[in-house]
Amino acid sequence: MEKRRKERIDRGIMVRSDSIYALMSWRELAYLAAPRMLLIIGMLLLPLVPESWNWQGTVTLVCVYAMLAISFDFLAHYIGLVSLGGAFFVGVGGYLAGILNTTYGIPPLYTIPVAALGGGVICTLLLLPCLALRGVYFAIVTLMYPLLLVRLIEALDILGGTDGLLGIDGFSNPWVEQYLVIIMVLLFLFGIRRMVNMDIGLVFRGVKDNDQAVRASGINIFYYKGLAIFIASSLGCLAGACIIYIFMWAGISLFVLDYSILPIAATVIGGAGTLVGPVLGCLILIPISELLRDFGTLRIVFYSLILVGFIVFKSEGIMVWAQRKYHQIERWTKI
Amino acid sequence: MNRQAILEVSGITKKFGGITALNNVSFSIHTGEILGIIGPNGSGKTTIVNCITGFIKMTSGKIYFKGKNITGKPAHKIADMGVTRTFQIMRPYYSLPAYKNVVIPLFSPRAKRTGGWRGGGKLGDRNTVGIDILEEIGFERDSFVPYKMASTLPTGYLKRLELARCLALKPEIIICDEVFSGLSMSEIASMVPLIERLQMDGITVIMIEHRLRELFRVANRIMVMNFGEKIAEGTADEVMADKTVKEAYFGSKEVEEVMDYA
Ligand SMILES: Nc1ncnc2c1ncn2[C@@H]1O[C@H](COP(=O)(O)OP(=O)(O)O)[C@@H](O)[C@H]1O
Ligand SMILES: [Mg+2]
Repeated sequence: MEKRRKERIDRGIMVRSDSIYALMSWRELAYLAAPRMLLIIGMLLLPLVPESWNWQGTVTLVCVYAMLAISFDFLAHYIGLVSLGGAFFVGVGGYLAGILNTTYGIPPLYTIPVAALGGGVICTLLLLPCLALRGVYFAIVTLMYPLLLVRLIEALDILGGTDGLLGIDGFSNPWVEQYLVIIMVLLFLFGIRRMVNMDIGLVFRGVKDNDQAVRASGINIFYYKGLAIFIASSLGCLAGACIIYIFMWAGISLFVLDYSILPIAATVIGGAGTLVGPVLGCLILIPISELLRDFGTLRIVFYSLILVGFIVFKSEGIMVWAQRKYHQIERWTKI
Repeated sequence: MNRQAILEVSGITKKFGGITALNNVSFSIHTGEILGIIGPNGSGKTTIVNCITGFIKMTSGKIYFKGKNITGKPAHKIADMGVTRTFQIMRPYYSLPAYKNVVIPLFSPRAKRTGGWRGGGKLGDRNTVGIDILEEIGFERDSFVPYKMASTLPTGYLKRLELARCLALKPEIIICDEVFSGLSMSEIASMVPLIERLQMDGITVIMIEHRLRELFRVANRIMVMNFGEKIAEGTADEVMADKTVKEAYFGSKEVEEVMDYA
């Protein structure tokens, strides 16, 4: 029997010079723009499915989780900080927006950006002392904070205690709600992708690859790590602020572990390190999770099966696989 | 000649738990000098580098750079002052192309101020400057090598990359931690002129080496470490004639080789 092997060839259009595409024709422009347009248009069409599907709430939830997943992917794969802080960010952002809304009567449209930035500052300050920690130790700290804050709220009976903050506004209508979160996801997705390809992104990658070498280069790694955490936690707090206006309630369940774990699962499924992949992962995982809601806690079993399946059979994630298929021709050759 | 000490190390001691890696070591180095530090494995040479450059906190002692106390300053601040180092276990950015490895240090505040090696106070396009620096330290400019992933480069180039990272900062001092080790004879032969050129450019160099023959060719002065203590200091001939040094290196092939040569 003759031996064969799979050969992969870059498509001719992938003429690249230092991350700037050399565009030659409309066809090549279309080749590059098509995937982006597909994503943008697809996301914008999401709210338009028939109302009988009961899908509206899910779209918002997908987007909120997508923000958390982008935040996780950015920190883990561009700076090298593995964070389980989804719940932490959501809780801080959510409570902050809730307080501003109930106590001071500020409308959602203003509290959301304020909670995102303010929450980002709070989370960053709380995480700064742990920046020297590496790997799993940093992850554990990000996991501890939500537990700690929940206990504080319960024990001291502050911020509404176990009842939570009542009387929070909702979005004026479902269209505003859905398009607001969709546009924010797209903005952050393309914004962060842009950033990691810029100068500052290179230093971020340096920190991830070899932080001691960055220190030896006269660059303050704490500044860059702190900045990255601020960006990621702001995004997470933004998600938290949106969540309270969706449920019109802010309580200790904002600190629930789902917000830490699901984004990671979505990142694994979608393709780690691609930023788009995590969004795709949420588009798959969150609707499934909503469909399985009837099964109660049993849905964890389904999740786990999906996750294990992906890790075993397509460990690279959908996006990495799709990018390869799109940019390269695969064929069998004799050897 | 009355030359000023650019770096003064005064009585540094470093304990790792029960181990005393450095015991009351003092030395100084003049501007533009090449100081060689030799000593058996585990004698504390790398620990000296880590203490000077702020990568570890020492137990006691003081370090002065140009008369200023830099003891306890963080690593990036010390590098920012122009005291740079290479790592014995090379630390490139493996996931980046070689030239991007030099572009990252060009983002440091110091490189912005100085413009990098030969930058003359002005930093041009970082990618170009990065490749210029690589070319000067022996990467062939018109080949693929500067664009290859660092993970695919052979040791010789990775050692040069370590030096390139220092040069990007337009350093005043470069501390080379065994840049010759792991290289072939011909590779070392091509690195030696590079070190000499650093000196001609006014950069002060501390070289930690096991390859004594090559070290003695370039170094102005040699300091010998053993079990965390400085046991001798002087010219190559002086330290090699020293009784304690002979004992420390007793039976070592390298020393015999060098003695033949001397
Ligand atoms: N981080 C560390 N923790 C504990 N012991 C260390 C550490 N670094 C170095 N040592 C010890 O200090 C001594 C000197 O090591 P080092 O400076 O690396 O020697 P050299 O560079 O001369 O080979 C050795 O005994 C080594 O085991
Ligand atoms: Mg050593």
